[in-house]
Amino acid sequence: YALVAYATLIEVGRLAPEGLEMFNKDGSSVEMIGAEHSPGMEVHNGTLGIGLSTGSGLAWGRKRRGESGNTWVFMSDGEVQEGQTWEAVQACAHHGIDNLKAIMDVNRQQCDGAMDSVMKVGDIAEKFRIFGAHCVEIDGHDISAMRDAAQEKHDGKPLIILANTSPYHTMNILQERFPRLHYVRFKSEDERARMNVSIAADLGIDPIDYVH
Amino acid sequence: MVEMVSRPYATAFEKYAVAHPEVLCLSADLTSSCEVDGFRDRHPDQFLSLGMAEQNMMSFAGGLGLAGYRPFIHTFGVFMYRRPYDQLMASVAYPRRKVRLMGFLPGVTTPGGMTHQSIEDISVMRSIPNMTILETGDATEVESICEAADSIDGPVWCRVLRGSVPRLFDTPIKVGEMRELSDGTDVLVVTSGICTEEAMRARAAFAKAGLSIRHLHLHTIKPFDSSALLDHIASVKHGVVTLENHVVDGGIGSLVAETMAEAGIGKRLVRLGLKDTYAHGGSRPYLMRFYGLDALALVGGIEEIMGQEFGITEAHLDAARVDDVHSLVKAEAL
Repeated sequence: YALVAYATLIEVGRLAPEGLEMFNKDGSSVEMIGAEHSPGMEVHNGTLGIGLSTGSGLAWGRKRRGESGNTWVFMSDGEVQEGQTWEAVQACAHHGIDNLKAIMDVNRQQCDGAMDSVMKVGDIAEKFRIFGAHCVEIDGHDISAMRDAAQEKHDGKPLIILANTSPYHTMNILQERFPRLHYVRFKSEDERARMNVSIAADLGIDPIDYVH
Repeated sequence: MVEMVSRPYATAFEKYAVAHPEVLCLSADLTSSCEVDGFRDRHPDQFLSLGMAEQNMMSFAGGLGLAGYRPFIHTFGVFMYRRPYDQLMASVAYPRRKVRLMGFLPGVTTPGGMTHQSIEDISVMRSIPNMTILETGDATEVESICEAADSIDGPVWCRVLRGSVPRLFDTPIKVGEMRELSDGTDVLVVTSGICTEEAMRARAAFAKAGLSIRHLHLHTIKPFDSSALLDHIASVKHGVVTLENHVVDGGIGSLVAETMAEAGIGKRLVRLGLKDTYAHGGSRPYLMRFYGLDALALVGGIEEIMGQEFGITEAHLDAARVDDVHSLVKAEAL
């Protein structure tokens, strides 16, 4: 869901904190998944698999215009199950699109559970390289590694950063739910209270007072 | 004898694109089949080969639109909506990108059979928000389709004729309007695309039989001026016949039916076209005869409206053009 995107917009000053009060409320543009009328969404990346292609076209067009910037695409590892992702890499390689950078959250999770149980995808990095991308792997929780990866040279090819992440990073109690971590909801008030205390402890903060 | 124009799209697209540098020519491995091979060779900087990968091509075109370009996608119509339908919706139609979808070989104009015949594209496009639909019926319309499509602030679906195309009209497409080809008072005939030429073949025979036919040709299917159509329907005594190179469900037959129903018009309507069926592969005249898309089928439709037979046979109709499946003006049969 787009909640993390909205939270990020607030952190960088592009959305007022009050915006979150409108999250998932009828009549609000701060929608659960969001679309191009939602805050911060110049172009949407769902249905999954279309984003790298859109980014490729945008990057090619901007380069042709002589613009200097990069086009960034946020992706998930589940998207490598879609054929279109590979069509996009193939097109980038053919047209030498190298002002395109993608960062993929590789948490090995999808709706039905662990990716390996749903549809094995093999060595994602090697597949990207064979299709013609420059691909690097990092610890997705290491911001300086992410900065370094963004500086990689990738002449004539797109850069794809595989950010290996743990869905329960700094939230160890979520391991109780492994391997079903795509949708996590509290199953009871008791669990909510336990998770509140545990996650706050992991983060080194006080538990949240969520009773309204 | 009708004037035949060789490869009108090839000439018209090149002229238009050269004058409009924001226009890009996209192709998916059917470059010569869509008559843009000469453009590719002479203007490689304005041409993008995206290979046999239509899903990527559709979203890529959306990205080009975001970058301020107006991509013209060239491939067979059928390959531009069936497989990449989600991408057409999510990357092109929903964000209202100025992508011009040049669909070649509409309906039974290809001998390629089910996999190559776009028989329900109009039905699909009519239901897509933000989509404009244009269909060419002669060389003049093919020559003006680029400018007409490129005048629209949003995606445009175009049914484009290729190869040797008859010239029936002397004025370009004016988006949103319809052509009144004859102004009779008995029956209204509404046609589009290649079926318009078929209806024109029957004109003399109808006149000889004492029938007064009002004939409309639709090049703009969406948006549609229903008030103009209603005026024409009000001008005829007996009813309406539609004839289209498409399934009757969701095409112009449905468009006319919806218009009549919403206005409470109590006249008869006969819808001619493909009737809940896929078509076989075959030559265009054979398929048009077999599936009831030709002049003779129109005679039957008018007889049904009038409740009488007029004795019009193939011999009374103007000659049908018979195109060679393989000819110099087409790269190949497909």
